[in-house]
Amino acid sequence: MIAKSYALFKKDFCSELRTRYAINSLAMFIIVAISVILFSIGNETITESLTGGLFWVVIFFTAMSGLARAFVSEEERGTSLTLQLIASPSTVFTGKLLFNVILVFCMNLIIAILYSALFERFVVQNFPLFMLTFVLGNIGLAVSSTIIAAIIAKAGAKGTLYPVLSFPILLPLILTCVQLTLFSFDGTSFEEAKFELAIVVGYDVIMLTASYMLFDFIWKD
Amino acid sequence: MSNYSIQSQKLSKLFGRRLIFKDINFLLEEKALFGISGPNGSGKSTLVKIIAGLVASSDGKIIHKNSAGEIIPEKLHNHIGFVSPYIVLYEEFSAWENLKIFAKIRGISLNEERVNNYLVRFLLDERKHDLVKTYSSGMKQRLKFIFALMHSPEVLLFDEPTSNLDEEGKTVVYDIIEEEGKIRIVIIASNEAKDLELCDEVLLLEKFKG
Amino acid sequence: MIWKIFLFLLLTFVSIAGITFPIVEKPSTWYEFPFIPGLAENAKIIFFHVPTAWLTVIAFLMSTIYSFKYLLKKNLDDDAKAYSAAQLGLIFCVLATVTGAVWAKFAWGQFWSWDPRQTSIFAILLIYGALFALRSSIESEDKRATLSAVYSLIAFITVPFFIFVMPRIMKGLHPGSAEDSNTGPIVDFQMNSSMQLIFFLSLIGFTILYFWMWQVGYKSIIFRDKLNKQVMI
Repeated sequence: MIAKSYALFKKDFCSELRTRYAINSLAMFIIVAISVILFSIGNETITESLTGGLFWVVIFFTAMSGLARAFVSEEERGTSLTLQLIASPSTVFTGKLLFNVILVFCMNLIIAILYSALFERFVVQNFPLFMLTFVLGNIGLAVSSTIIAAIIAKAGAKGTLYPVLSFPILLPLILTCVQLTLFSFDGTSFEEAKFELAIVVGYDVIMLTASYMLFDFIWKD
Repeated sequence: MSNYSIQSQKLSKLFGRRLIFKDINFLLEEKALFGISGPNGSGKSTLVKIIAGLVASSDGKIIHKNSAGEIIPEKLHNHIGFVSPYIVLYEEFSAWENLKIFAKIRGISLNEERVNNYLVRFLLDERKHDLVKTYSSGMKQRLKFIFALMHSPEVLLFDEPTSNLDEEGKTVVYDIIEEEGKIRIVIIASNEAKDLELCDEVLLLEKFKG
Repeated sequence: MIWKIFLFLLLTFVSIAGITFPIVEKPSTWYEFPFIPGLAENAKIIFFHVPTAWLTVIAFLMSTIYSFKYLLKKNLDDDAKAYSAAQLGLIFCVLATVTGAVWAKFAWGQFWSWDPRQTSIFAILLIYGALFALRSSIESEDKRATLSAVYSLIAFITVPFFIFVMPRIMKGLHPGSAEDSNTGPIVDFQMNSSMQLIFFLSLIGFTILYFWMWQVGYKSIIFRDKLNKQVMI
């Protein structure tokens, strides 16, 4: 099944290289979002907690602008039926999830690099904790946004619906990740942050399981 | 050859609270040319999609069986070839790339000889490396037959197989239908008298309105 | 009919008793409520605020259960039941939020302070809002029912996270929450028996009211569906 999902991922990847639909708009979105924040801050130095919060705000909205593409593009072109004829639902979900996970990692890496270059207070004391938060948070973000993307692809008014549906689902993850990011700024040890880390791990695992169980219902007409 | 059988047991479908058809029973074994006909909106496409496992039935069920026993829904797509006007192939890839991608996602290796034969037969060989975007609707329809046949499935489902096709294309399709009907189960949903003439048995959907 | 009159009398009694019974330092007769430090006269909102919050949760739970049932059986009646429960849930959620905010203005000094409970109820409000936005954007009945059922199940599994996450991130101000030292768990010992009686009567009354409204709600949805179908044919 992994090989089949990988083939589907490669298809999406090649298709993305040819159409450049998501990459271009995502890159521009990151630049626009960060410059809006920089303009509104002006010359003031913002606090650590605000920097950590704004970091995840940009991540959330960037994800909302690009991750729906995985399913919406199939549905808009009418190829989801074709996909149903050549792959089982779990293969499709794995392939799409793989694509979104990689997309999320790439864009969040860019956001993190830009943040550490442009924001004075974006100073990570406990780097391993930050990396762990980053990885776990990205996985959770990718899983939830993939399953919500599958839902909105079947509905009308896709663009506006996506953040509306995703926000309540992502809220616990984002709140915990903001907290963990602040911990990593303060240099808090793993020992003290283990409760929050457990929550993020739990969120990832539960969302992944639920997504696989519920995807069949969404995918079949 | 494979003891493949499709059985429909008291199959019914509702859209919302509206009845489309009910209590359809049939049994197809090994090889058959089975036609489904009915006026527009009678649920021909819906029935074909239910047989293919793309749409869930409201009541009753379709059982696919081969010599190893009942086939689970997760694996059903491996045993089915499907052609219809509402199937769309990836337009940003060429015909050849499309077929290669499909083989990979199915987890099988592309039988190049077989596919090349089909490409010649369906008059697409010269343009197999052009993007599907540039194809006419008839050429796309012909490509869908290769898409359906490439993995030699036990069941072929043709929903309006001759739509968008010129006379030449139709002849090829009729030949294929007759050939395949001798070795596997072929189900044709159509309103065209000529398509249905090929079938051994025709199911009239308007009889199942309840 | 009899139980409707009973319900009317019950809710009337609860409303009058909840508002007019005096709060005194040392209650001597059955119609006097005890003085709870930190809450004082504001304590009376418990008769109206807690039942609405309770029904928000019940409605959310029922909506999830019927969504799950719909996915198993694909019976549109279950979808109507889930939808009706969600509609009532939204109404009670708004009521709980508003009564809570008004109370908070007098008890904490401001309408909104992102207390864990406030944040949680806000999240439920968002989930309900998203659910209705999703429903209104899908034409086909079956698809609408399936997708909204899947969404409510996904939303439901995030709820435990709110319960665990919120108290760690925000300080609790709400009476009955872990950090709240001056009032403690109110229901247990600081309410006297008459206050408890009125409180539980109110809870029972509102719950009956909810189930009645829910029945009327889902039956009317099913009727409307069937009527629409007849008009079309």
